[in-house]
Amino acid sequence: MSGVRVLVGTRKGAFVLTADGKRERWDVAGPHFAGWEIYHLKASPADPNRIFASQSSGWFGQQIQRSNDGGKTWEPVGNAFAYDGVPGTHQWYDGTPHPWEFARVWHLEPSLTDPDTVYAGVEDAALFRTTDGGQTWHELSGLRGHGSGPRWQPGAGGMCLHTILLDPSNAERIFIAISAAGAFRTDDGGKTWHPINRGLKSEQLPDPTAEVGHCVHRIAMHPSRPGVLFMQKHWDVMRSDDAGESWREVSGNLPTDFGFPIDVHAHEPDTIYVVPIKSDSEHFPLDGKLRVYRSRKGGNEWEALTKGLPQSNCYVNVLRDAMAVDSLDACGVYFGTTGGQVYASADAGDSWAPIVRDLPSVLSVEVQTLP
Amino acid sequence: MIRVVLPAHLRTLARVSGEVQIDVEGQATQRTVLDALEARYPVLRGTMRDHVTQKRRAFVRFFACAQDLSHELPDAPLPEAVAAGAEPLLVVGAMAGG
Repeated sequence: MSGVRVLVGTRKGAFVLTADGKRERWDVAGPHFAGWEIYHLKASPADPNRIFASQSSGWFGQQIQRSNDGGKTWEPVGNAFAYDGVPGTHQWYDGTPHPWEFARVWHLEPSLTDPDTVYAGVEDAALFRTTDGGQTWHELSGLRGHGSGPRWQPGAGGMCLHTILLDPSNAERIFIAISAAGAFRTDDGGKTWHPINRGLKSEQLPDPTAEVGHCVHRIAMHPSRPGVLFMQKHWDVMRSDDAGESWREVSGNLPTDFGFPIDVHAHEPDTIYVVPIKSDSEHFPLDGKLRVYRSRKGGNEWEALTKGLPQSNCYVNVLRDAMAVDSLDACGVYFGTTGGQVYASADAGDSWAPIVRDLPSVLSVEVQTLP
Repeated sequence: MIRVVLPAHLRTLARVSGEVQIDVEGQATQRTVLDALEARYPVLRGTMRDHVTQKRRAFVRFFACAQDLSHELPDAPLPEAVAAGAEPLLVVGAMAGG
């Protein structure tokens, strides 16, 4: 019988949640790497039992862990992330130059076809790749060095490269996003990059429509339609129908268009999900009501999904990497909160129930659909 | 033989318990001790000092014989009691919550 495996990264370790295809009874394993921040875990689509995890600590730095048995056992692999050449400077919060310094890996994106190839998005923002299963990492420095780097600046969480989307129809095309620089695309496998931020408007910039500097929080695509992108920006939910060349706002009737995650239904490319958050300084749901919003029309028209979610006195946040979908029928939707809950819906968002309620603050959620 | 006490998280990473005992070629200094530690336990590379610059990580400190050696030069000799194995070198995570 098919099943799902939910990979949860938290401030104090990793957890692996498993269930059969009904998604009613859950087994919770962990914490793995107890006491360490686990920004992200993700499995290889080419070898589902191979999982990579980013393990970090303010004291002891970065580790990358790899499992070859679905998360039961782990081994450390390479942890050296050295910028290519002279790192140079980006903008600090006050606009002054600040040297590039490696802090941690925010996001790991395994290749769609090769279990030894993984991309890593790091803080300070850069993209790295391994082709030997994580033993060695090399920067794709055409991104950081393409020219606009000195104008990038950190968001509140640091200057992080947090989103990596691999185009399943074109192995040479990759989309990435950085807070706060914006979205970028390569069409030659990572050698050269260009900003794809036309149509974004950010009042926090001297020029609100600048080519770079936007605080993009998350980008999502449906694998069957990789030219259509959805974006949760700092403020504004955006859509592109031309692989990022231009964007238009689709916030529509959302009660607030600030938020972090955005994701797409596994079987309906125009069904998308966001979690509206009150504001950039009040990182919790509006009116203390935790509501996922779903649009079945690719944006603009949104409905609140509340069944099973707390509708009073709820002041948690849902971070950018903490929402995912499975590909069962009906599509499962999952998200984790800074309050340590992981909620699951086995009916595409119509109703929700917590898998676990009391984990450490959740940083990331990924889901694998197992045969 | 040099005795080293690692903090709990690094003992877990290195899969050791209790003190670590290592042999150091030549004079015992922070650099030669860390070189020997990292050679035996490659997973510790980058955890106490930067991969590239070799600078001590900001939240890692080195104590021995009731002294703070964190700000000694990497090539300065360690105290004789450490070099002789009578006292351990303590690798300590800075006292900060989390």
